[in-house]
Amino acid sequence: MSDAIHIELVAQGMVTLRGDLASASLAKAVKAAVGCTVPGQRQVLVAGENVALWMSPDELLLLVRHDKADDVVAHLGKSMAGEHHLAVNVSDARAMFRLQGQGAREVLAKGAPVDLAPGQFEPWVVRRTRIGLVAAAFWMTEADTFEIVCFRSVAGYMEDWLHHAARKDSLPGVFS
Amino acid sequence: MSKRLSSGGRLIDRAKPVGFTFNNQHFEGFQGDTLAAALLANGQTLLGRSFKYHRPRGLVASGAEEPNALVGLGDGARFEPNQRATTTEVFDGLKAASQNHWPSLHFDVGALNAKLSPFFPAGFYYKTFIHPRAAWKHLFEPFIRRSAGLGKAPKLGDADEYEYFYAYTDVLVVGGGIAGIAAAMEAARSGARVILIDQNAHWGGRVLTDTMQIDGQDAADWALAQVETLAKMPNVTLRNRTMGAGVYDHGYALAYERVADHKPGDGRPRHRLWRIRAGRIVTATGAIERPLAFAGNDVPGVMLASAVRDYVGLWGVSPGERTVLVTNNDDGYRTAIALHAAGLEVPVVLDARDSVVGALSVQARALGIRVETGKGFAKVLGGKFVTGVDICAQAGEGELLETIPCDCVAMSGGWSPAVHLWSHCGGKLNWDEGAAMFRPDAARPPLGDDGTGFVIAAGAANGWLQSGECLEDAVEAGKKSAIEAGFKAKKAGKMAVFAPVEQPLQPVWMMPAKAKPALRAKAFLDFQNDVKVSDVRLAAQEGYESVEHAKRYTTLGMATDQGKLSNINGLAVLAESLNVAIPQVGTTTFRPPYTPISMGSIAGDARGDLFKPTRRTAMDGWHEAHGAHWEPVADWRRPYAFVRKGETVKQAVTREVLNTRSSVGMLDASTLGKILVKGPDAGKFLDLIYTNVMSSLAVGKCRYGLMCNENGFLFDDGVVARLGVDEFLCHTTSGGSDRVHGWMEEWLQTEWWDLQVYVANVTEQFAQIAVVGPKARLVLEKLGGMDVSREALPFMGFVAGALAGIPARVYRISFSGELSYEIAVPASRGLEFWEKVAEAGTELGITPYGTEALHVMRAEKGFIMIGDETDGTVIPQDLNLGWAVSKKKSDFIGKRAHERPFFSDSGRKQLVGLLTDNPTIVLPDGAHAVEGPKLSNGMENMIGHVTSSYFSPTLGHSIAMALIKGGSQRMGQTLSFPVSRSEIIRAKVVDPVFLDKEGARQNV
Amino acid sequence: MLKLRCPNCGVEGEETEFAAGGEAHLQRFGAGSGDEEFRDYLFQRKNPRGVHFERWRHAFGCGKWFHAARCTATLEVFGTYSAQVSAPPSELVVAIKAKRPDWKGWP
Repeated sequence: MSDAIHIELVAQGMVTLRGDLASASLAKAVKAAVGCTVPGQRQVLVAGENVALWMSPDELLLLVRHDKADDVVAHLGKSMAGEHHLAVNVSDARAMFRLQGQGAREVLAKGAPVDLAPGQFEPWVVRRTRIGLVAAAFWMTEADTFEIVCFRSVAGYMEDWLHHAARKDSLPGVFS
Repeated sequence: MSKRLSSGGRLIDRAKPVGFTFNNQHFEGFQGDTLAAALLANGQTLLGRSFKYHRPRGLVASGAEEPNALVGLGDGARFEPNQRATTTEVFDGLKAASQNHWPSLHFDVGALNAKLSPFFPAGFYYKTFIHPRAAWKHLFEPFIRRSAGLGKAPKLGDADEYEYFYAYTDVLVVGGGIAGIAAAMEAARSGARVILIDQNAHWGGRVLTDTMQIDGQDAADWALAQVETLAKMPNVTLRNRTMGAGVYDHGYALAYERVADHKPGDGRPRHRLWRIRAGRIVTATGAIERPLAFAGNDVPGVMLASAVRDYVGLWGVSPGERTVLVTNNDDGYRTAIALHAAGLEVPVVLDARDSVVGALSVQARALGIRVETGKGFAKVLGGKFVTGVDICAQAGEGELLETIPCDCVAMSGGWSPAVHLWSHCGGKLNWDEGAAMFRPDAARPPLGDDGTGFVIAAGAANGWLQSGECLEDAVEAGKKSAIEAGFKAKKAGKMAVFAPVEQPLQPVWMMPAKAKPALRAKAFLDFQNDVKVSDVRLAAQEGYESVEHAKRYTTLGMATDQGKLSNINGLAVLAESLNVAIPQVGTTTFRPPYTPISMGSIAGDARGDLFKPTRRTAMDGWHEAHGAHWEPVADWRRPYAFVRKGETVKQAVTREVLNTRSSVGMLDASTLGKILVKGPDAGKFLDLIYTNVMSSLAVGKCRYGLMCNENGFLFDDGVVARLGVDEFLCHTTSGGSDRVHGWMEEWLQTEWWDLQVYVANVTEQFAQIAVVGPKARLVLEKLGGMDVSREALPFMGFVAGALAGIPARVYRISFSGELSYEIAVPASRGLEFWEKVAEAGTELGITPYGTEALHVMRAEKGFIMIGDETDGTVIPQDLNLGWAVSKKKSDFIGKRAHERPFFSDSGRKQLVGLLTDNPTIVLPDGAHAVEGPKLSNGMENMIGHVTSSYFSPTLGHSIAMALIKGGSQRMGQTLSFPVSRSEIIRAKVVDPVFLDKEGARQNV
Repeated sequence: MLKLRCPNCGVEGEETEFAAGGEAHLQRFGAGSGDEEFRDYLFQRKNPRGVHFERWRHAFGCGKWFHAARCTATLEVFGTYSAQVSAPPSELVVAIKAKRPDWKGWP
């Protein structure tokens, strides 16, 4: 692997929240549960150690501490009682990787059909697509740092894929 | 005799010699050489044998269009056949070998075919090897395969790595000659993102050989300076050694980068396949020189005129000492002039045109070169090398005028624009009568997603062969591409180009024009596939009037060079034979890739562990460590059985079944799909999705349900648990979770979007462990934390709580007929829980079991398995599951289909059990039951087939399930299952529930 | 390799991110419907050469379904729009008609 690139499996609590993203009570519940407003289309919002990701027009993914996920689900259920929604702990259904270092854009561009050039893909926008042969969502938190979420059962594939794509001397050197 | 010249060679570094081998003989070349140039420099003119007649073949071209010089490169795990010597860069240690010859290049037994060539005309194989039929398989085909063919397939796995790269750009420019460079510069100056690629290791294209002036500067220097400027622009990506392989829908292009072919094993990927999405694609791919069709034009030493001067100019190599040039255009004279300048002899230039006045011909004459007009070749003399030429009048039948000794022939039949990339995605061509070429029709380009053309041909690739008009066209193309990609073009300064004015060519499709059959039969069109002028004429004569038919009948243009040199000449001969104009014959379809690309690059990183993602459960590692014999189940891997030392897989399965039935077993059932369905309308929705009623299910209870599609066919099943008033958890088959989740989303989003329901696929959130057998309850009690008694947790109920301190939901459901609990815990604690179960069960004799034991036990109970008992044509009623199809509900998916009369036909295949007469014989899966006399077509009358078949250790008897016509009426009948010509297995039709029909075992 | 813009998440993605779902705006005929209605719903498809309305799912993306109006001959994409409608938006129909005067129009 290229020395400049680090790949790390991160233990991350995750909650899927489906509902009417325009509703006031959902906004209030999200604020109370994770501390931020409801993200706009494909937006990633941060509040302390929590993150809210826009996944689809009626779905958010909330990132919280792994041991807090059940509490957040319970909290959302309480604050949205009476309003149609679905909140569920998916922490263990997903795996999260952090990909860090110069060249990280090029690593992902080997397997994701996404324009990852600087200026075209920038931090705090989430992109759901595929990496190699599996579904994934990723976003940047700062220059050269990506967070990647995939299904738990293919975490092994994802890890192998990332290490393979990041191996020494294999980057095309287009974005640098 | 070819040799290295003492000076010259723009691309080579004479200070850096490199050693390589060809057919195990050591040679030296220079850095910058292609393998072709280095071989020529060493006097190697014979490089291979042709495909059909095994005729000796040498170099024809200097680039990607080369048809002959195919070699095997490397060895062992880095061997690759059929590589073009003209595009292979020489490096220290390169190993190359010629191919398609036996026993040696110089003495080829297969060359006997050439002596027989009058007997191998077009379509010979089709005509000859039809009768007797058996002879094809045993006699003709093996012989043809042995003696024909290209290189040998590699025997070892590829040692190299390959990968993809997704790139996005406003403008992709393919071709780094002056047109591509000018177009890229024009587009880049607008601020557009530009990718410029060239297949060669260097930039500049033909101007490196064919000097001229741009803005008072040598054009080659101009090109390199422009590239340097482009390299500094942040919006420009430059790649050489990168071939534009294909153009596809909506601006998609594949580019094939040969990253490390010239430095094998240096740690980089060997090839990189760029998947480029471009707003506009500029094809500045230049033009390809055409050979002339004359007798003996395939003798080694006969080359394209442009190639001859490339070898002299780029690599300082002379293909011969005495070169005769034959041409029908002015450009060919450049070769005579270049050879003269290099001190090589040009005894004569034969120009097929009667009147020759162009500046280049004037220049050649002024140098003292003899020019003969209205002349051509009757034939080339020589076998393995050229010894001379017989000259004749072009207009005649080939009467000999003069014989001129020479060792090289340079031929130029004019140029064809490389329109491949323009054409790949539907760009149309026009025939330019004056220039005798197909050129892109700008009014009919390939169309993109917005309905506008997305490919722009530029320069020579657009038919502008003269450098001045070529550059002008390229600048326009660059500007157009930028504007159409949404940028504002900057005003460009006009470039002053100085190049000689050329006189138009005169098309020559046969030399001499009235050549007799004997000459036509030696005039090759397709060098690699040995297609001659006479073959195409024969095809036309036999009625193959469509170019696509003639191509397949003669194999013209079907070799690895895909007719780059032969297409136009072949078309012209066909047109002439049919007595029609060339555009009426049309052209064959150009398909990607432009030149062959490696299989490795197509596979990319999808090999070895990355070939296919394998889904693994939380306990995967434990299984691996405990003797799991794996089985793929959809994308998952699951233990088929846990094999102990000294045990066969079959013995392990038997042990697992017996232990579970008599004591207790544990199963990793995590792969079962789990879909959460929630909302005020969840019950209503599930009543539409399932055939049975789910809305009436009590909270805390489970119900088995079936799903049909609109055709009424059963496609998934599973247990539904009602978690709350508006919340259900639907279990699906292991392979069906994504499909069922997608199915539910589809109906909610596209049909019943008024329903207030959300679904979520939570399959992987849980590790699910089944504890099964008479002692199952004891195991759970030992784990502690939850009341799992018969009263607290009855059959088809579930409770939530904690077991052994781990949060768990325990379902009392059974797929084996035993007392059985399925326990769902968070996947992150799955392994921990699994180990605790194993530990708690040790003294009770618990053993893990795999999917085969699971299958045997479910079959003993007559439970169906989706994919075994169903095949997409089976309705629930066929499987005796009519009880699970509601008659009360007004609608559900599949209900209307079930109303069709043939679904209630008593003659439909129905599920039955089978007991073989001989209890030790297990029926093969899929075995057909036959009955009565044979049908009129001689086939057996088949009445059904075996869907599942096992040996039941519990019963000590083979058991099977089958779908048999009118099966429920056949109880007690004995059916015949022929499994081979001589063997018929006989089995009795019985109830498919073989064990414990009353359910006493699970009712504890 | 087509590219499509998902109207649900705004992403323009390549074909591999999407799954095709066949002809759009079919009217479902369920239990109790006539034989001909049911046959047409299940089996009869327009399969035109030219303007076509299709269902697509952004399978590797936001997971949502949408509709696309596309020319099956030139692969031109006239527009994508919500899956939760039973007919194409009238402004899209007008735009297509302007580009394809020979098209007989919706339905």
